[in-house]
Amino acid sequence: MSADAKPDAGGWEPKIVAFCCNWCSYGGADSAGMGRFQQPPSARIIRVMCSGRIDPIHVFNAFLEGADAVLVTGCHIGDCHYVNGNDKTKIKYKFLEHVVHELGLEKERLYLNWISASEGEKFANFIRDVTEEVKKIGPSPLKPEGVA
Amino acid sequence: MKGSVAVVGGGVAGIQAALDLADNGFKTYLIESKPSIGGTMSQLDKTFPTNDCAMCILSPKLVETGRHPNIELLSYSDVKSITGEAGDFRVKVLRKARYVDEAKCTGCGNCTEKCPKKVDDDYNAGMSKRKAIYIPFAQAIPRVATIDAANCIYLTKGKCGNCKKVCGVEAVDYEAKDEEIELNVGSVVIATGFKPFDPSVLTNYRFDHPDVITSLQLERLLSASGPTQGHVTKPSNGEVPKKIGFIQCVGSRNPRISRKYCSSVCCMYATKEAIIAKEHDPELDITIFNIDIRAFGKNFEEFYNRAQREYGIKYTNSRPPEVIVGADNTLSVKYEDFNTGELKSQGLDMVILSIGLDPSDSTRTIAESSGIALDEFGNIATSIEAPVETSVSGIYVCGVAQGPKDIPDTVAQASAAASKAAALLSGERGTLIKEREFPDEKTLSSEPRTGVFVCHCGINIGSVVNVPGVVEYAKTLPNVTYAQELLYACSSDSQEAIKQAISGNNLNRVVVASCTPRTHEPLFQNTCREAGLNPYLFELANIREHCSWVHMKEKDKATEKAKSIVRMAVAKSAFFQPLYKQKVSLINKAMVIGGGVAGMTAALDIANNGYEVTLVEKEKELGGMLKDMTEMHDGKKPSEIISDLARQIHDNNKITVMNEAKLVDVEGHLGNFKGTVLSGGQETHLDFGAAVIATGARNLEPAGLFGYGSNSRVVTQAQLEKMLAENLSANNITMIQCAGARNPEREYCGRTCCVDAVKNAIRIKKANSKANVFVLYRDIRTYGVTEKLYETARELGVLFIQYDKDAPPQVQDSAVVVHDVMLNEDIEIETDLVVLSTPLISGEDNSGINQLFKVPLDKNGFFLEAHPKLRPVEFATDGVFLCGSAQAPKLMEEAISQASAAASRACTILSRDFIETEAMVSIVNEAKCIGCGTCVTVCPYNAPALEEATVTAEEVSYTAKKSRINPAACKGCGSCAAACPSGAITAQHFSRKEIGEAIDAFEQGIKSIAVNEKVVEVTV
Repeated sequence: MSADAKPDAGGWEPKIVAFCCNWCSYGGADSAGMGRFQQPPSARIIRVMCSGRIDPIHVFNAFLEGADAVLVTGCHIGDCHYVNGNDKTKIKYKFLEHVVHELGLEKERLYLNWISASEGEKFANFIRDVTEEVKKIGPSPLKPEGVA
Repeated sequence: MKGSVAVVGGGVAGIQAALDLADNGFKTYLIESKPSIGGTMSQLDKTFPTNDCAMCILSPKLVETGRHPNIELLSYSDVKSITGEAGDFRVKVLRKARYVDEAKCTGCGNCTEKCPKKVDDDYNAGMSKRKAIYIPFAQAIPRVATIDAANCIYLTKGKCGNCKKVCGVEAVDYEAKDEEIELNVGSVVIATGFKPFDPSVLTNYRFDHPDVITSLQLERLLSASGPTQGHVTKPSNGEVPKKIGFIQCVGSRNPRISRKYCSSVCCMYATKEAIIAKEHDPELDITIFNIDIRAFGKNFEEFYNRAQREYGIKYTNSRPPEVIVGADNTLSVKYEDFNTGELKSQGLDMVILSIGLDPSDSTRTIAESSGIALDEFGNIATSIEAPVETSVSGIYVCGVAQGPKDIPDTVAQASAAASKAAALLSGERGTLIKEREFPDEKTLSSEPRTGVFVCHCGINIGSVVNVPGVVEYAKTLPNVTYAQELLYACSSDSQEAIKQAISGNNLNRVVVASCTPRTHEPLFQNTCREAGLNPYLFELANIREHCSWVHMKEKDKATEKAKSIVRMAVAKSAFFQPLYKQKVSLINKAMVIGGGVAGMTAALDIANNGYEVTLVEKEKELGGMLKDMTEMHDGKKPSEIISDLARQIHDNNKITVMNEAKLVDVEGHLGNFKGTVLSGGQETHLDFGAAVIATGARNLEPAGLFGYGSNSRVVTQAQLEKMLAENLSANNITMIQCAGARNPEREYCGRTCCVDAVKNAIRIKKANSKANVFVLYRDIRTYGVTEKLYETARELGVLFIQYDKDAPPQVQDSAVVVHDVMLNEDIEIETDLVVLSTPLISGEDNSGINQLFKVPLDKNGFFLEAHPKLRPVEFATDGVFLCGSAQAPKLMEEAISQASAAASRACTILSRDFIETEAMVSIVNEAKCIGCGTCVTVCPYNAPALEEATVTAEEVSYTAKKSRINPAACKGCGSCAAACPSGAITAQHFSRKEIGEAIDAFEQGIKSIAVNEKVVEVTV
């Protein structure tokens, strides 16, 4: 994407799909709410019981449906409610990174982060940082309607 | 012995005690004097320090209490007397005439509308009017009308009768009479709470002026359901105030009006109210005039700091002696500015009196009629080693009836009292109870018919998200046949509304757009079950935590986001299928980790409830941190307390103690854990159904602080404890509070250090009245009834000098130099012993144990409970509980209460005959399974196994390996479904279709929803 194709950063809000596990990162998003940690309204959270449930196909689908970025989140390593689901996520994520790169998407569009249920501020900061990063590179080239 | 318990008082304490007892297999009578249960918590707008909406967290408990098959609710009833003995009490209850038949009343509210008589509304602290026939608040349980006989025109003058005329179900009965009944129960729990202090006694505070209000009145003004819908306005003229001031300790810490105690909660509720008021109006100027700020609980200090840093709330360390009403009726206060020594005056538009907690009238009447001893303050007397036991065996106490305390401490004590009552009656468990029944599930039509309910949550959602707009939008979505808005989706009337909508519109999918499923999903799932719907046909759309609370300043975008959250939930739920749990056996034994006073108490309570316990202690001896103490603040010897507990444990054949032991491995889940304990080089395998983590904390070694480590005359409070038991030679002792606490490195308050310091200062003075004892402090935090220690210390001549955090004391060779904030000058104190009051810090083993049980730690390394207010001794992980200083620093009596509470919560599991497995398990489509075994490799629970199966296709039969998943072992994580290369595994409720539809719906509209196969078969 060329630099002049970037939309006005102020008006355009990226759309981010965040996969969150029920026990940690979804709880982190809840804690962000309880602590009133303000964040851009860019993320749409999809709850799964464990980050290990996140199938790469879900991530690709999210991009195909127009997501400007996808976040894969779960419990900190060692804290998984299902013993080792996040270890499996970590392995899958390496594969995901490669495929997303092959698709021609920038690395700023895919993230892996471990967020515990108590880390509300971290969750809010994460959403803010990703939104800023994505605003810099503009809408996803896979966006059905193209660049705004 | 009777298998039943009477709980007196229906506030949050009584509710929690009743729920625990009923879940533990006892018939429970909950007796409440007012028309509805809920207590003072139901009047609160929010709760500190998370600013959680009070009604939102309380309401599910109210609903659960109202629905519980083993709780008989006797509302609008007073206990007259309790006679008899442990195991066999007679409780005389006066059922006050309601003049409305509870069984007939539907709570429709027609009568209230037509009633012509207006009276002051207690629920709104007298700031609005209600009718003479009324339902006290929207979430009231039971939701039935009550006639206030003193104000009813018909009952006083024989005229009117409107309510009877309009009542469609003939529930109004003017002839009703008070009725006295007698209950025969095995035990009684007193939870009579408090009454707010009446500030008109203190005429100097001019409570007669309309703009001088109490903190409880402000709470109502701040509430969306209050008289001003959450807008703070001056009661005198309705104008928006610009400057408000809080006066702390009104009716607390005041010996002149015989209220010597600290009310424990006022500093924090004032901080909370100030923050909420600032959130409503950022221009508002707020000052809190205080004596000390007592931010002693978990995350309180952080909350207090945020109030100053982020909200600009000012704290003035000077309590004004009076409120001055000027000639033009304006308000002002005079106070001393300690920085300059000047007497200053500040004009205020409103004055908030932070009123204390007085013992309730019913506490006194019941105590007097039933021979229960009270303490010097009028609270029910207990001792620090038995904090819920009254002077009458078999009668227990919890909550503020025992002494001022906040909600989490109240909830913990409530469970503790339940534990004691259950232990007393454990032989009768299950004799008087019945099972909860649900109607049969109705058959599902093939087309999804979705109902959407969008919650305002008072103003928590409604003030940011355009709720009616979301409802209108929801109606346009495919499959949505019904949509409506609700003020509080979690209230009991809303449950009725949802059930009626389900039956009236033949709904077969339900979406509630409100708050997080982590707390509220079970409530709505039960509502669905009561309406004949399988609970897995329900979905929560979280538009509060994930939307209105985090986009408070972007209302339009928040509304758009809320719509898309609802859209995703509707899309996903269309594919939901009914799911069912299976019953499996459980191990009715517990494990307690940590043998300090908390762990010992938890183990004893569980054993006394009739279940086997293994107590795992890492050291040679039981006793934990208490072993290092030499005297409690009531003069008792800790060694005697420990040896008494140890003797009881030794004599109890249900408890196995493992000393010098360490838990090294844990597998399994709720009801069926498998642990490995390493002790003396040997591994022991133990099975248990529930676990209690009671690993305590440890003293901070403040190396380098104030010369500690290099100067032998600098010791810690823990070292002073030992010296006091031996022989203290020092004559000039200076204690420095907050050493290593309340600083950027360790933000929290140590909670116990002020009480410990004051206690030891008293010990020194009592042993040697000539000793000079100085306590250098920032705020003295002797909260609750421990305030009396502070008073005793001052009477004995202990000198307290306040310092500022930016000017800490300097320790010199034979003196300590401190800048006295009150005198505004430097003072040199001759000192031979400097004592540092350091906080407890988290245990070194916490980060290993948390990984064994997969439970979280907070940022200070203490264990993080499931909810800071209402689930203080539980983890989000089922079957694992916590207590004592493992959660945060605590006094011994608090650790004991929590330990009994954890035991009670654990017994709600151990008392079951079976547990239900996860319903959201994965299943295999054998036709697609290629028998590769990937699922077997990824599953941490050994749920899938490859089995020989005969496959018949095109007239050819052959045997092949196929995966089969054992539903009892599957925990529903879905890893196998993500890993299966042939797409043969479906993670039910989180299937590829269900997640896929949610993804498809996040950006555009729902493209097509039909329950036919619409899966893109992609093999990754």
